[in-house]
Order: sequence, then structure tokens, then C-alpha cells
Amino acid sequence: MTREKTDFWVGLFVLLGIVALVFLALRAGNLSSFSLAPTYQVQARFDNLGGLKVRAPVKSSGVVVGRVSSISFDNERYQAVATLDMESQYQFPDDSSASILTSGLLGEQYVGITPGGDDKMLAQNSTIKYTQSAVVLEELISKFLYSSASKEGTAKDAPAAATPAKP
Amino acid sequence: MNTLVRGIGRLGGLVRGSIYGLGAFTRLFATILARSGIALKRPGLVSQQIHFIGNYSLLIIAVSGLFVGFVLGLQGYYTLNRYGSEEALGLLVALSLTRELGPVVTALLFAGRAGTSLTAEIGLMKAGEQLAAMEVMAVDPIRRVLTPRFWGGVIAMPVLAAVFSMVGIIGGWVVGVLLIGIDSGAFWSQMQSGVDVFNDVLNGVLKSVIFGIAVTLIALYEGWNAKPTPEGVSRATTRTVVSGSLAVLGLDFLLTALMFSN
Repeated sequence: MTREKTDFWVGLFVLLGIVALVFLALRAGNLSSFSLAPTYQVQARFDNLGGLKVRAPVKSSGVVVGRVSSISFDNERYQAVATLDMESQYQFPDDSSASILTSGLLGEQYVGITPGGDDKMLAQNSTIKYTQSAVVLEELISKFLYSSASKEGTAKDAPAAATPAKP
Repeated sequence: MNTLVRGIGRLGGLVRGSIYGLGAFTRLFATILARSGIALKRPGLVSQQIHFIGNYSLLIIAVSGLFVGFVLGLQGYYTLNRYGSEEALGLLVALSLTRELGPVVTALLFAGRAGTSLTAEIGLMKAGEQLAAMEVMAVDPIRRVLTPRFWGGVIAMPVLAAVFSMVGIIGGWVVGVLLIGIDSGAFWSQMQSGVDVFNDVLNGVLKSVIFGIAVTLIALYEGWNAKPTPEGVSRATTRTVVSGSLAVLGLDFLLTALMFSN
């Protein structure tokens, strides 16, 4: 085989590899969700982040408006600090609230933004004042169990206390 | 007493031999790297080897990828269906292919398809005293014969692994969406939300590059050190497949522990 022909087939082979990688990155991977749109950073403090991860989406009304860029712990207030990369095309009032929500019963966690009514908008490096922590399923279950157990206890105690009174 | 001494002596010889082998292997790697200038000076040589190693392996890699994707689709559906989350099939197929199966199965096939041919070629060159003749003509056989083959293998392997993963995902899609009837949109969107480009795809590519280096180098080493007889070449070819596959599986465990341990 001549040199040109070999080079042609090798070029085709490498091209196929590049096509495969682009396919993996765009069709199978999340490269298409990387946006290079300008962003502004907003901080939010939470008592409990739950299972929130870096690069988790920030959604408002179900639309992705940004991503969680970093998670750290404030050792003075003993609270978790999540830094959110918000896309500049979406502006929110200064008194908007952030809450950590779960998509579905067992899905991944994301930050939900509920817009407030202030005229001033959230600016670069501002802090979201109103936050709501993640719901920890185990705490809910244990609360429910304790409350139902104490109800049962009082329900049983009442007749038990009444019986000795009977002769 | 005599058999005891001989037995212990044989154990010592085994240890010494394996240490010697590892040293010679590392030295060959260093020599090839040091003489890699030829790959830039005469890219035609490397291109010829990519054609021989890569293009001719494309068919077996693509067909195996397709069938691995089919099987992943069927088996994944069987398990996921029990939990009512068969839409996650795309995620399962894509993650297992890009992280593990793509690089590993490609490297195993690569050792069988391309590694053996490299070993046999170099071993026969040695048996036919072509390498000695080159040295007489003041042509360095490591530079002229081994180095282009090394770079050809290292370049071809990631390309083949990427093709394997792509064809496998298409195979999973064929079984999941066309045959079983999972919703196509859910199949792709679950995959896109779960597969990270840097964490999963890029680490898979890195793995395939390392496997390419390991398998190609083992094949070249076995050919280079083959006994110049028909029997020696056949043994070297067998050893290429055995130690190449074992090296790939062992390295895979190490790399997975390093990359995905968090």
C-alpha cells in the first residue's frame, strides 16, 4: 500500500476516535450542560446541607439557573456555606430564599430558589438570608415514631391509671 | 537433603529471574522513550504501525463493543426492572462502559489481536537474524523497529477504547429502546445527568492510554527477548497474551482504586 493510502486510512481511524470521544462527551456525558455564560456568585448558609454535592444544579421553578460551585464549613457560626454560581441572565430579588430539595423520593439533591419581592437584586458575593435546610428522612421518621409512641403511651397510661382506682 | 537444597535454589532462581525480567523491561521502556525522536522525524513509520495495529483491530473491537452493549442492556434491564427504574438503563450502560468495560475489554482484545502479532513479528525478525543484520548496517533496531510500534500501539489503544464505548452505548440503546421499549428521552437524559465528562469519560481515556502503554510494551519486550527458534517465538506469543491480560487486570484495580475511590 502506498504511503498516501496508509495515511488516509490512519487519518480516518483517528477521526473515528475523535468522533467517538465527542459522542461520549456530548451525548453520553454532561459536557453539553457546561455553560460558559457569565455568572455571579452568591452565598447561602444552611444548618444542614444533607447530601448536596458540588456541581449540583440550582433551580428556580424547575429551571436550572446555576450550579453549586463550592461547599465549605463556617467555623464561627457552625453552619455550612454553599457558594452558588448563578447565571447572569437570571436575576433574583435580594430577599429570595434558598432551600435544599430532593428530586423524587430518592433522587439527587439540588438548591431551589424561591424569588422574594424586594426591588434590590442579588449582587456578586451577596448572601441569601432566608434558607431552609435539607430534610433528613431519618429525623422525620424518628420524630413520627416518637410522637406516635408517646400518643400510644398516654392512651395506654390513662386506663392503666384508672384501673387501680377501681376496687 | 539434596532435593531440599535444589528446591530452595529453584525458588531463589525464580525470584532473581523475575527481578531481572522487571529490570530489563524497565530498561527497554526507558530506551524506547529515549529514542522516540524518530516518531517525530519519520511520522510515516508510526502511521504505518497505527494502520497495522489500529485499523485492522477496528472490526473486532466494534463488533465486541456492540455485543457487550447488547448484553449490558439485557442484563441491566433484568435487574433494574425489579425496582421499577428501567430508565436508568442508559446510565448503567454508559457508566460501566466508560469507566471499566471500554478500556479493559479493549485492552484484553488488543493484547490478543495486536500484541501477539507484534511479538511474533519481532520474534521472527530476530529468528531470521534481521535485527542482527540491521545492527551490522549501523541501524539501531530499537529505534527503527520497536519505537514506531510502541507509539503506534499507544496511539491506537485509546482510539479503539473510545470506539468500543461508543458502539457499546449504541448497542445498549438498540436493546433498551428499540427492543424492550424504554423511553428514548429518559434513556439519554438519565445518562447525561449521571456521566461526568472529567470524572468518568476522561478517566476512562487515561486508563486506556496506560493499558496501551502496558500491553504494547509487554508485547515488544516478549518479542525482543524471544528465543530465536520457532518454539521460542510461539512461547513468547503465549506469554504476551497471559502477562498482558494479567497486567491489564491488575493495573485496572490499581487505577480504579486511585481514580474512583472517593
